[in-house]
Amino acid sequence: MLFESLVVSAVLFAVGVAGVLLRRNAIVMFMCIELMLNAVNLSFVAISRYVGIEGQLFVIFVMTVAAAEAAVGLAVIISIFRHYESVDVRNFRLLRW
Amino acid sequence: MDISQLVFYMFAGLAVASSVLMITRKNPVYSVMYLVLTLFSVAAIFVLLDAHFIAALQVLVYAGAILVLFLFVIMLLNLGYDFDPDIRGKFWWVIGFGLGLVLFAELFVLARNAHQIPQSDAVARLLAERGAVGAVAEPLFENYVVAVEVTGVLLLVAMVGAVVIAKRRV
Amino acid sequence: MVGAALVDLVLSLAQEATGAHERVFVPFLPSWMILLPFLGFVLNGAIGYLAPERRRLVSLIGPGVLGLTFLIAAVNLVLIAGVHEAEPVIRSYWTWIEVGQLRIEAALQLDQLSVIMALVVACVSFIIHVYSVGYMGEDPGYARYFSFLNLFVFFMLVLVLSASFPLMFIGWEGVGLCSYLLIGFWFRESAKADAGQKAFIVNRIGDFGFLMAMFAMFAYLGTLDFQGVFEAAPRAFEYGGAAVTLITLFLFLGCTGKSAQIPLYVWLPDAMHGPTPVSALIHAATMVTAGVYLVARAGVLFALAPLSMNVVAVVGGVTALFAGTIAVQQYDIKRVVAYSTISQLGYMFLAVGVGAYTAGIFHLGTHAFFKALLFLASGAVIHAMHHALEHADEPAGEDVTQDMRNMGALRKYLPTTFKTAWVGALALAGVFPLAGFFSKDEIIWSAGARGQTVLWVVGVVTALLTAGYITRWLVMTFHGENRTGERARKYLHEAAPIMVGALVVLAIGSVVTGWVNVPEALPLLPEFTWLHHFLHPSFAQAEHILVEHLGEAAHVSPIGGGEGMWALISTAAAIVTILIVFNVLSGKRYLPAREAKEPAGLWGLLYHKYYVDELYDLVIVRPFKWLCVFSWRVVDQGLIDGVMVNGVGYTTRFGGWLISRFQTGYLGTYVLIIVLGALIILGAVTL
Repeated sequence: MLFESLVVSAVLFAVGVAGVLLRRNAIVMFMCIELMLNAVNLSFVAISRYVGIEGQLFVIFVMTVAAAEAAVGLAVIISIFRHYESVDVRNFRLLRW
Repeated sequence: MDISQLVFYMFAGLAVASSVLMITRKNPVYSVMYLVLTLFSVAAIFVLLDAHFIAALQVLVYAGAILVLFLFVIMLLNLGYDFDPDIRGKFWWVIGFGLGLVLFAELFVLARNAHQIPQSDAVARLLAERGAVGAVAEPLFENYVVAVEVTGVLLLVAMVGAVVIAKRRV
Repeated sequence: MVGAALVDLVLSLAQEATGAHERVFVPFLPSWMILLPFLGFVLNGAIGYLAPERRRLVSLIGPGVLGLTFLIAAVNLVLIAGVHEAEPVIRSYWTWIEVGQLRIEAALQLDQLSVIMALVVACVSFIIHVYSVGYMGEDPGYARYFSFLNLFVFFMLVLVLSASFPLMFIGWEGVGLCSYLLIGFWFRESAKADAGQKAFIVNRIGDFGFLMAMFAMFAYLGTLDFQGVFEAAPRAFEYGGAAVTLITLFLFLGCTGKSAQIPLYVWLPDAMHGPTPVSALIHAATMVTAGVYLVARAGVLFALAPLSMNVVAVVGGVTALFAGTIAVQQYDIKRVVAYSTISQLGYMFLAVGVGAYTAGIFHLGTHAFFKALLFLASGAVIHAMHHALEHADEPAGEDVTQDMRNMGALRKYLPTTFKTAWVGALALAGVFPLAGFFSKDEIIWSAGARGQTVLWVVGVVTALLTAGYITRWLVMTFHGENRTGERARKYLHEAAPIMVGALVVLAIGSVVTGWVNVPEALPLLPEFTWLHHFLHPSFAQAEHILVEHLGEAAHVSPIGGGEGMWALISTAAAIVTILIVFNVLSGKRYLPAREAKEPAGLWGLLYHKYYVDELYDLVIVRPFKWLCVFSWRVVDQGLIDGVMVNGVGYTTRFGGWLISRFQTGYLGTYVLIIVLGALIILGAVTL
């Protein structure tokens, strides 16, 4: 079961990466990042079954940080939306001069 | 193949399928829905892996709180109607799936070493002694209490930050 | 330098007081011989810059310092002659260079050779300075002229009085510089400026040889002053070895440049563009003799390298013959004398090349007088022609005033010049009892006596050629019919007294200077081989080496007969040649220059100097210029400026632009790059 779990985790992670590259909507990109975090959680749990409880403890922390990050990130997106009237990342060119 | 294997494969397939669907939907609300489905499936897999507490936490926090937050934001920004298609063109499809494939291949190679992990049943014993919650809670609050406190501060900061950033400038 | 002068003054006065100069040679104010001309240069230069119209002052200072220098040189000669076989005295004033093993002093060496040379230089320079007062009297650059001339004498005296090769090289270079300054004195005419440049550049090639020789000398011997080198040379070099042969050949390369031998003689005829007194001083009496002096001074080194001595002698002989043939068909009054100078220098090198050092120096001294006389006489003629044509409002450019086809029968108009010119010509031709007879005879005899048959024949033939062309020179200029033109003829008159006076003094010198060395073999004459005995100590070491390896010189000419007999024969042959040429050419009707045709055929070849200048231009100058232009356009502008300097700039800017394209500002791009990076790192781990 360990190997299959790791494979599933890998698949989910790869899908998450593809999603980040494919989508222009900032919120959907964020969701794909959440998916990637989740895939990592899965692999942690899978391995912790044989190595020790520390894996699951780390998953708890990951989830906590993911929540905090989601909150702040969405606040940022809202703030940007007020300026650009859209969440399409194509319009955010401030990173250039 | 026993029943747990079969269930595992079923939920794994569901997770993968819904994640793929998630990234290909035009409507962001649909994407959120599919992500919820993916997270549920993963929670089921957690249960199969004897991580009951984590599974519960996944449903409560991830699917329950975070994704609801996403939905609220989508609703606030009125993105559910009259949306412009925001998937990139063919070129990016190729790149995206190509890189995804490469990534998967590399991770697969790494995963093949999984059988080298020594099989011990320390976790199973812990579960049997303390129960699902206790197995996680006792090490957490005995050995890693500092990390817990730091996480608390982090959450506080995130909360304040979110309020500050999203506040309308008066 | 002032310190040097004071040192000498104090020493000389002290010696006068103690009377120590009876037993050993004590030089009398040696550094003053050098400092006085330098002082003249500075003063005249200052006057030229600040108050160029004060000509009387310049006329006083210019020749004046030379007169004093001549007196000091004469005193030194008397002193050194009074001491039998005096040792060389080296006066060192300060240490010039001291680096590692190398130690060069600012020192003067006074021995028989250098004192004689200094005297000749000072005497002839003084006379020519006096002449210049008259010749250059109306020139606007009067003060500048005298300052350069004084500077030249300063450098020449440094050259002959120095005690080491590097100091001599300073003089060597300095006279080359002054030659350039004085040849191109009328620099506003481009032909004259070009002539000055040509002289300097060709000289430079020779200087390269001198430098290489000095480097090699230092590498092998570790010292560069004369005493050290000549002491160490016989021990350090094997006789006829490659090292000493190379050194001497390089030294001789310097001599061919400075003394206008083949292949570096081409600057001397062009140098006639300078004022005539300059031609007389620099290109007849002094600078061009520096090469001969060098070979004589380094006699020890040359004696150790028989191959080099042969080269020297052969080049000297060939040059003598070569230049003599060219002189036969030149029409410019100064060019004839210039080629004659090259030819006579060839004689001097012939002499030192066969080991007859004294004969070479002897001819150097006599030649200084009669060649200067010939040049100054030409100067008087040119002066007269110029004045006459100007008064007659006819074109008076150099090509007209100096062309002998425009002269003729000038003996009526310039009588004293005519007489002195004849004296000079006879001296050159080697007619007894004038100076040239004794010196030239001795050279030809020495060549024969040492078994060099071919060179002996060359010497004899060239002597006859010399008599021939100088007679032609006389006839075309002073005899025959006058071709200057009706109007201009009225204005021809004798030169100023000061110029004529200088000519007379030189004429006396041309007669008398031969008498310092009358060999015993000549019948009916008292033996007076003073010069031989006087110069013997200077050449003793070199002659000793020669005798050791080659044996004593014979006393019989290659085809029999003693010295006395051949002396008579040569004089007779010279006189006969003169008479024949005189009679043949007197009756010849020459056409004035503008009507005359250019000579053709064999005569044309001689007239065009065997096309050597054209050959050099084609083979050396043009490829070199092409190389320079190539280096400029392609290498410097294109490659270095364009590709390397500007190219680096462009590449950097392009690289910057290229990399700036990565900063798109799009989130998608950045995500892609992050993913790519992560994939690469992961790949590195998994593989």
